[in-house]
Amino acid sequence: MSQIVKMQGMNKYFGKLHVLKDIDLTVEAGEVVVIIGASGSGKSTLIRCVNGLEPFESGKLEVDGHPLAPKGGNQKSLTEIRKEVGMVFQQFNLFPHLTVKKNIMLAPMKVKKTPQVVANGTAERLLQRVGIADQAKKYPSQLSGGQQQRVAIARALAMEPRLMLFDEPTSALDPEMIGEVLDVMRELAKEGMTMMVVTHEMGFAREVADRVIYIHEGQVVEEGKPEDVFDNPQNERTQSFLSRVLKH
Amino acid sequence: MEFQFQFDWQAAIHSIPFLLKGIPYTLLISFGGLAIGFVLGIIFGLLSINKHWFLRWPATAYIEVFRGTPILVQVLFIFYGLPDLVGGPIDPLTAGIAAIALNSGAYISEVVRGGVQSIDKGQTEAGLSLGLSRTQTFWSIVWPQAFRRMIPPLGNQAIVSIKDTSLFSVIGVGELVRQGQVYIANTFTAFEVYFVVAILYLMITLSLSLILRLLERRGLTSV
Repeated sequence: MSQIVKMQGMNKYFGKLHVLKDIDLTVEAGEVVVIIGASGSGKSTLIRCVNGLEPFESGKLEVDGHPLAPKGGNQKSLTEIRKEVGMVFQQFNLFPHLTVKKNIMLAPMKVKKTPQVVANGTAERLLQRVGIADQAKKYPSQLSGGQQQRVAIARALAMEPRLMLFDEPTSALDPEMIGEVLDVMRELAKEGMTMMVVTHEMGFAREVADRVIYIHEGQVVEEGKPEDVFDNPQNERTQSFLSRVLKH
Repeated sequence: MEFQFQFDWQAAIHSIPFLLKGIPYTLLISFGGLAIGFVLGIIFGLLSINKHWFLRWPATAYIEVFRGTPILVQVLFIFYGLPDLVGGPIDPLTAGIAAIALNSGAYISEVVRGGVQSIDKGQTEAGLSLGLSRTQTFWSIVWPQAFRRMIPPLGNQAIVSIKDTSLFSVIGVGELVRQGQVYIANTFTAFEVYFVVAILYLMITLSLSLILRLLERRGLTSV
């Protein structure tokens, strides 16, 4: 199996704040890795480093064979990495001035120079796949939160990524819409997509993850199969975190 | 002695054809100047938020100088002062257009800066995460949204600049106010003529306001 993400001794600071401490992490092709942890623990920062939205200060990072240098170093591989890594944000970040379909067509046409007819076909197919083919001509603001997030997933998939990053994709959703987004993600995982997911949805983590990683104050404290991490956590910080989030 | 003032409608109506000759100049200076000012505004507005200080600093200097000095002084400087430097006269029309361009350019820079900065940085992150370059992300994602938000303040600036052209009567451009002054010098009907001049300005600015309202109603100004 090939490694899609390889982090070695990665450190990241926000000013003086040491947010990621010596992170060693690999993600295999086809693997679904769910990252959990309290807010402010650095889990979002971790996945934002993978596609270079956050630069890091030291250590090694390789994404699908492309090495990405720390801050100040050669960032040439960034474009290649971003073409191959899709990202879904907590706040959707759809383009409000474009229709749903144009949101999906933009990147393939601009980045890969895909002809419009082809991009159009891909967009229609992807909208079908995320279950909102009938909303193609609407603008993002006319859609519900759950629908918007599904468009965001389709938009990322249009670039045919080798890896998908999910940064708390359901945290901004009304409770009744969380399910429809998780369903799409579940399907994606089943089809073999490599995924790194930051989430507070412990049920989803338990069911879909191949591996769960618990981060505390910028460090990987616990890592393992979901049943091991959830049912038999070794570290007391993991135990106390889980007892707090699983109680309700 | 009793003094009774009567509005002389005859005089007012008779002045109209002469005053109307000033309108093309007023419009040419305003919109010519604004068109160049818009280009300057985009350039200096974007430079003023550039991460490199050596680009940001000159842009900020330009904005502060032309926002911080009266446009009357600017046009007098261009018309009477600059010829010493360039070694030849500058015609009043060119001076007027240049003054509106440089002055509105400074204000429009601020409009551009505000518009661009008002767009959530998540939009840029989404563009970059899809593999678009910084330039592509800016022009196809950030700018179209920022521009819509810029339309109301740009309309405002257009109205201000149109009225500013009235000051250029001092350098002898045959715009609306200048035409009025010339007419009054012969007829001494100041009240009537300036009344008509004011109405003509109002007609120009109200038409512009109306167009802007229509744009807003069509949803072009909000995202």
